Amino acid sequence: MRKLLELPRSNVWRVIFFLILLGGACGLYVRFMYGLGGATNLSDQFPWGLWKGFNVLAGIGLGAGGFTVAATVHIFNLKRYKPILRIALMTAFLGYSLMAVALTIDIGRPYRIWHPIFMWNEHSVLFEVAWCVMLYLTVLSLELAPAVCERFGWKKILSWVRAISPPVVIFGVILSTLHQSSLGSLFLIVPEKLYPLWYTPWLPVLFFISAVCSGLAMVIFASWQSCRALGKQLALPLLDGLGRVLAVILLFYLSLRFVDLSRRGALSVLTENRRETWLFLLEIALMAVPMLLLFRSRVRADAHSLYVCALMVLFGFVANRLNVAITGLEASLGTHYLPRWPEVMITLSLICVGFAIFRAAALHLPLFAAPERVEEQVEELEPVSV
Amino acid sequence: MGLGILYDSTLCVGCRECEKACAGRWKLPYNEKIAAEEQISAHKLTAIQTHGDHFSRRLCMHCNEPSCVSVCLVGAFQKTAMGPVVYDEDKCIGCRYCMLACPFQVPTYEWSSRLPRVRKCDMCYDRVRAGKQTACAEACPTGATISGDRNELIAEAKRRIAEKPDQYFGRVYGVEEAGGTSTLFLSAVPFAQLGVPTNLPNAALPKLTWQVLSRTPDIASVAAVLLGGVYWITHRREEVAAAEGKGKP
Repeated sequence: MRKLLELPRSNVWRVIFFLILLGGACGLYVRFMYGLGGATNLSDQFPWGLWKGFNVLAGIGLGAGGFTVAATVHIFNLKRYKPILRIALMTAFLGYSLMAVALTIDIGRPYRIWHPIFMWNEHSVLFEVAWCVMLYLTVLSLELAPAVCERFGWKKILSWVRAISPPVVIFGVILSTLHQSSLGSLFLIVPEKLYPLWYTPWLPVLFFISAVCSGLAMVIFASWQSCRALGKQLALPLLDGLGRVLAVILLFYLSLRFVDLSRRGALSVLTENRRETWLFLLEIALMAVPMLLLFRSRVRADAHSLYVCALMVLFGFVANRLNVAITGLEASLGTHYLPRWPEVMITLSLICVGFAIFRAAALHLPLFAAPERVEEQVEELEPVSV
Repeated sequence: MGLGILYDSTLCVGCRECEKACAGRWKLPYNEKIAAEEQISAHKLTAIQTHGDHFSRRLCMHCNEPSCVSVCLVGAFQKTAMGPVVYDEDKCIGCRYCMLACPFQVPTYEWSSRLPRVRKCDMCYDRVRAGKQTACAEACPTGATISGDRNELIAEAKRRIAEKPDQYFGRVYGVEEAGGTSTLFLSAVPFAQLGVPTNLPNAALPKLTWQVLSRTPDIASVAAVLLGGVYWITHRREEVAAAEGKGKP
């Protein structure tokens, strides 16, 4: 238990961590005492802000590693990626859970979060997303259940969960494909509002592919972070493989972006000197630079460079989601949006909580070993290094 | 399609009687300060705007195929057969997607409330259902706002343009915009000068979403078959390899 509370290693980080959580708690108080108007800079002109753009759009995308690696290991049967499967599933589980928490804070009447279960509108993209996310969280729980069962030696449940695993994994991949792309479809209905650098009928496809990129980058990031924090050996050959796949998908994604821009004749707006142009270029650079680097085997072979590349992709991905949800709408909605402090503090707090839970899970659950090996060594206290 | 409202900017004198009647109908406060606000908000569901020498009016357009109805995940919005687009506050969870999606930026939110609701004009659904005019139309002293059957309103608007072509910009706003709206505008100047959106497609916006969303079952079933197939092949290969390995010792 002491280990669980002992989060960041140095005192500086610990202080920052608790200051952020304190700020988040104050933010929550303001949010629920004074309503959304008191806690956010949202308005009738600008109804969606940081919580929708970052926590929901990016949060779900950052969890895309779960279904990507699950499909690789279970469906394509590439067993060598098994050691990172549970890390990927854990990032997904946290990404989705925290997104659900953030969404509950963001909606005007949090106590009605269950309404979509009973009140249906199949014409709404958001309805589809809500259902996919609910079902996928269930799938993720089932996919992660073996780790918990192994930890506590629940053999009966373990065999039961293993038995239903194949259809569950396939179901999870389908759900992910649907909702990751649907997050892009959310914006199909505002062709006259979203800036031409981002509005395209291809939004669902682009959102799906970029989510896969961010999911892979998240797995590299989480592996690196947890190995460093817990003093384990990094499964570098595997991450090297992921890095190469990531580079190829990034290349495909960026090509598609530019094919789309030129197809729609939107490249010409890039010559205009305005915020949208620069933030677009930032987003593209944060994807293109790591792509070029990741194509070099020397970069991938170095854990630190690999980590920096993954970090850049993550930032590029978040920049893209924020650009779609915020930057791209400002001009047409005729207003400028900057989040107020409770929005920022609650968002940062959720990220911190994510780190803390991941650390606790990494310490107490067999996340790092291939499942077969853990079954034999379930009595050992320290998880096996890979 | 059902009822509608026609607002003729050339007849409007900016007396704001419509605003006052609207506030009365919703039991909202109305005073000089609120009258001076030219934007619609949760406490002011219609607003007269001054654009140079011309007046313009903001209210729900009651689209024929409304974006708010299509995007609301719990179905809190409904396009009634009579024409008004109505809102059920007991369903609403407050996701505010309707506000983002509305091409006219009409739905507003009770931002400072702890239990906020979306607010918007409902074409006085209770009144029009009882065969009465909308509160704003009844209050308008110049006939700038009238309510009635949408087709008759369009015919009336075209008749006015034909009678005095020099006084009108020759189009009725709302006949085609975003698939057509129940609220219609007439103006002396191009509509862009009245601050209404003029970059809207004539096709209804929900179609853009439905084109993709309606394929969900197809995508899901194709994906299920493909993924199931890949799973079977990759695992069968393994089984075969294992069996062959056992077969020849």
